[in-house]
Amino acid sequence: MTTATTATLANKEHRYIGKPVKRHDGFEKVTGQAQYAGDIKLSGMLYAKMKTSPHAHARILSIDASRARALPGVRSVITGEHGTAKVGIYMQDKSVIATDYVRYAGEVVAAVAADTLRIAEQAIELIEVEYEPLPALLDVCEAAAEGAPLIHPDLGSYAHSEGVFFPEPGTNIANHTRIRRGNMEAGFAEADIILENTFSQKQVFHVPLETHVTIVQWALDDQIKIWCSGQSPFSVRDLFAIGFEIDRNKIEVNIPFVGGGFGGKAGIHLEPLVGLLSRAAGGRPVKLVPTREEECATLPCRQGQFARIKTGCKKDGTIVAEAVEILWDAGAYADYGVNIGRASSTSACGPYYIPNVCIDAKTVYTNKLFGTAYRGFGHPECFFAIERQRDLMARELGMDPTDFRLKNMLYPGLTTVTGELVTENTGRPDKCLKSAARMIDLHTPYTEAEKAEMRLSGKYRAKAACVLQKAPAMPTWSASSALVQMNEDGSVRISVSGVDYGQGTYTVLQQIVAERLNLPIEKVNINRSVNTTLSPYDWQTVASRMTVICGMAVADAADDLKRQTLEIAAIALRASVHEIALGEGYVYVMQNPHLRVGFDKLAIGYVYENGNAIGGPLIGRGRAIAQGLSNLDPETGQGKAAIDWTYGAHAVELEVDTNTGDIEVLQFANCLDVGQVMNEQLLRGQTVGGILQGIGCALSEAVNYNDQGKMITNNFTDYKIPTFKDMPGEIKLDVVQTPQLDGPYGARGAGEHPLISVTAVIANALANATGAQFHDLPLSATRVHAKLEELREGQVNEIAEGMENFEPTACTA
Amino acid sequence: MNTRPIHLTVNNQGYEVLVPEDATLLELLREEIGLTGTKEGCGAGECGACTVILNGKPVNSCLVMALECEGASVRTIEGENADGELSDLQKAFIEHNAFQCGFCTPGMIMSARALLDTNPDPTHDEIKEAMEGNLCRCTGYEAIIAAIEAVGGIQK
Repeated sequence: MTTATTATLANKEHRYIGKPVKRHDGFEKVTGQAQYAGDIKLSGMLYAKMKTSPHAHARILSIDASRARALPGVRSVITGEHGTAKVGIYMQDKSVIATDYVRYAGEVVAAVAADTLRIAEQAIELIEVEYEPLPALLDVCEAAAEGAPLIHPDLGSYAHSEGVFFPEPGTNIANHTRIRRGNMEAGFAEADIILENTFSQKQVFHVPLETHVTIVQWALDDQIKIWCSGQSPFSVRDLFAIGFEIDRNKIEVNIPFVGGGFGGKAGIHLEPLVGLLSRAAGGRPVKLVPTREEECATLPCRQGQFARIKTGCKKDGTIVAEAVEILWDAGAYADYGVNIGRASSTSACGPYYIPNVCIDAKTVYTNKLFGTAYRGFGHPECFFAIERQRDLMARELGMDPTDFRLKNMLYPGLTTVTGELVTENTGRPDKCLKSAARMIDLHTPYTEAEKAEMRLSGKYRAKAACVLQKAPAMPTWSASSALVQMNEDGSVRISVSGVDYGQGTYTVLQQIVAERLNLPIEKVNINRSVNTTLSPYDWQTVASRMTVICGMAVADAADDLKRQTLEIAAIALRASVHEIALGEGYVYVMQNPHLRVGFDKLAIGYVYENGNAIGGPLIGRGRAIAQGLSNLDPETGQGKAAIDWTYGAHAVELEVDTNTGDIEVLQFANCLDVGQVMNEQLLRGQTVGGILQGIGCALSEAVNYNDQGKMITNNFTDYKIPTFKDMPGEIKLDVVQTPQLDGPYGARGAGEHPLISVTAVIANALANATGAQFHDLPLSATRVHAKLEELREGQVNEIAEGMENFEPTACTA
Repeated sequence: MNTRPIHLTVNNQGYEVLVPEDATLLELLREEIGLTGTKEGCGAGECGACTVILNGKPVNSCLVMALECEGASVRTIEGENADGELSDLQKAFIEHNAFQCGFCTPGMIMSARALLDTNPDPTHDEIKEAMEGNLCRCTGYEAIIAAIEAVGGIQK
């Protein structure tokens, strides 16, 4: 049985912060009443279907949709023959629908809206597309090489955020981010050991259980209404408006309940396509529900990665120089992907102090499905590479990997690779690492009897520990706003435009407002769905930024409401503001507590006995922005990249069956420096979920293609995510709470972090158990077994010696 | 597409509906009857989001043809809180934070209900075995097991 071992973290000074408050949306979700985009039916609604390319790279010679248009019940057909808008967030390289070329198998070349889905499906089959197949570039290293065929010959003309991204026209490199510090030549000259390794990871899927369901009504006068399963209502509105040159005020985006996102629903996706279908159908609403196969093959995935790391160390374990080159396999489009390369560069060396650093991150086009944001935003991939490299270097040094990490850790007073000073309040990766190691008794060696048993059974156990870090990756201007309005009965309602697609954000925001206003949590409501016409602005629900930035906005709004409430109460109570205070749902005179006025008497205006009224409805408004961020220097990458760093660590004990290659995770420990626990149960939910998603990435998940570039993993039979049976035997959690000075109650984000470094810690433990050094993923039974067979042939007795190579020094924890 | 009439009972209510001949039970429930609590995650019987109880047994309603359900009795998530009050399972799911996005939750609860109907106090491993066909990407499953175990414990 998996047991909860987290210490009780409730902070006694607070009424709701850190207290066990239940999710706000429980009733709707357990009864099936929660309405998702797919559950919505509108009058006159049409149903859409997409036709996609069977080729990974081809020129479109002709499209004949005449038979589809003639089919009874078909109301609109669109193709890219006459060109169409490019709509995107960072690098506008993707047309709403393919025009002259298709660049991945699964790209949309035509779409139909019809009275029923069956008619739409039939119509799609009647559309004839003639292609001239072109050679497909499927390998990121080949695509990045000089002289490679160009996937986007027009790269130089694409609109993008100038000064933030650096495309290299005439190549397949959509962005090249550079970080430079110190002197590499001198740094490596100081080194006693130089170790160079490469690591590669394939693309993986987000797998929200609900696909990117989209409904759009593009009516006359460009009055546009959108209902979608998305993370970013205002970004959808903004990017739609920019792409089609339409006023923001004509576009309304509605986000009902959302069935999972994991980053894959950030930015804009099918809304423009469905919009064009609706416009062509005379403004009738059109609904598109991607099938699982379409979700896999047409909607974006996580990027692949190839990394080369060269590390120089002194004999005592001091890292003196590190060069990291990363090729991000963007797939066919790099619209969102360029920012993954940029943002994760700032973490590419991990939470370590290294005086001489050279990081090059290139986002490279290939003829595969395109990538987008995914929980951790490039960090799970970077940390697989860097945390594998740390264990491999420790092995070269003959040093305990934990000691090696602690020796080089980023402690207060040191600076990050972008030159940001780490302070006492930045967070403590070292404490997290020690805690995680302690939770699984990392440094307790197996007994001779246990080792003998392992040899007998062929099932070898081993342990490992890793660190992780991430800060929100976002534009310097990303902001949130919030309203807290008082209802007639003195209760309040919060309005925000962050989306709670399961993280528990809204519950945490309720806790903040209840704490601020000293109201029972039952009296604090929050919007269940978001509407960009009614709800205040928020940039996007991404980057583990909601608790911090939206949290500060609602705190600000609650304080504003409190000020207004006290102001009117002071008049009603014939007292000065400094003489009164908030009770629970009322305001009282501090010297005479029996003199009080209820919130219900103040909410919409205070009324005197003779009918005179003052005040009016109480509306608190608040806002917050990513204060102090700067663009990074184009040549050196120096600048302020992060508002808050959440550090953490994982430790694992696993068992490898060397007869089959199967890996079983026996116990998994995680410790995050979250600053302040806001809601322990929600934090555990996020953490356990993230760990299992990471275990999927480690053991089974990879997007695969045939040699023509056609995806062969577009369903749950060929792409396995973890099931109930893949849970670790035990999950142990701990937290460090180094308060973030500008976070609400000291809190930091924690939504993405549990997934980071899971792959690395498992691969490191596998190496410790068997000597098998994997530089790629996934560690499927087939691949592990094959590798062990190779080792058996090459080096008898290497297996099971792995762990003995790491007789640890005394635990420094 | 030709349609045909079908009679069945859903959550103890009788229905007579015209369905396309190739419609699945899932489509019948969601599109014809309007019970949208049951979700489609994959359409191929691989994720369990569409689980309902058909004649006492849990099924992936995306794999069952509607026309095969003539005279059948179906229980969906909408029948779980029959008397206007949450069922023990529903309460336990809330208590244990056994959902996040909630999209897999109706299917999870129906699979768990079918398990508890036949095995009122399942062990940890029996729960994993019975629930293996229900995928959840958010929770990591731990809290779902805790919720089901808690109900099993109460029933014992």
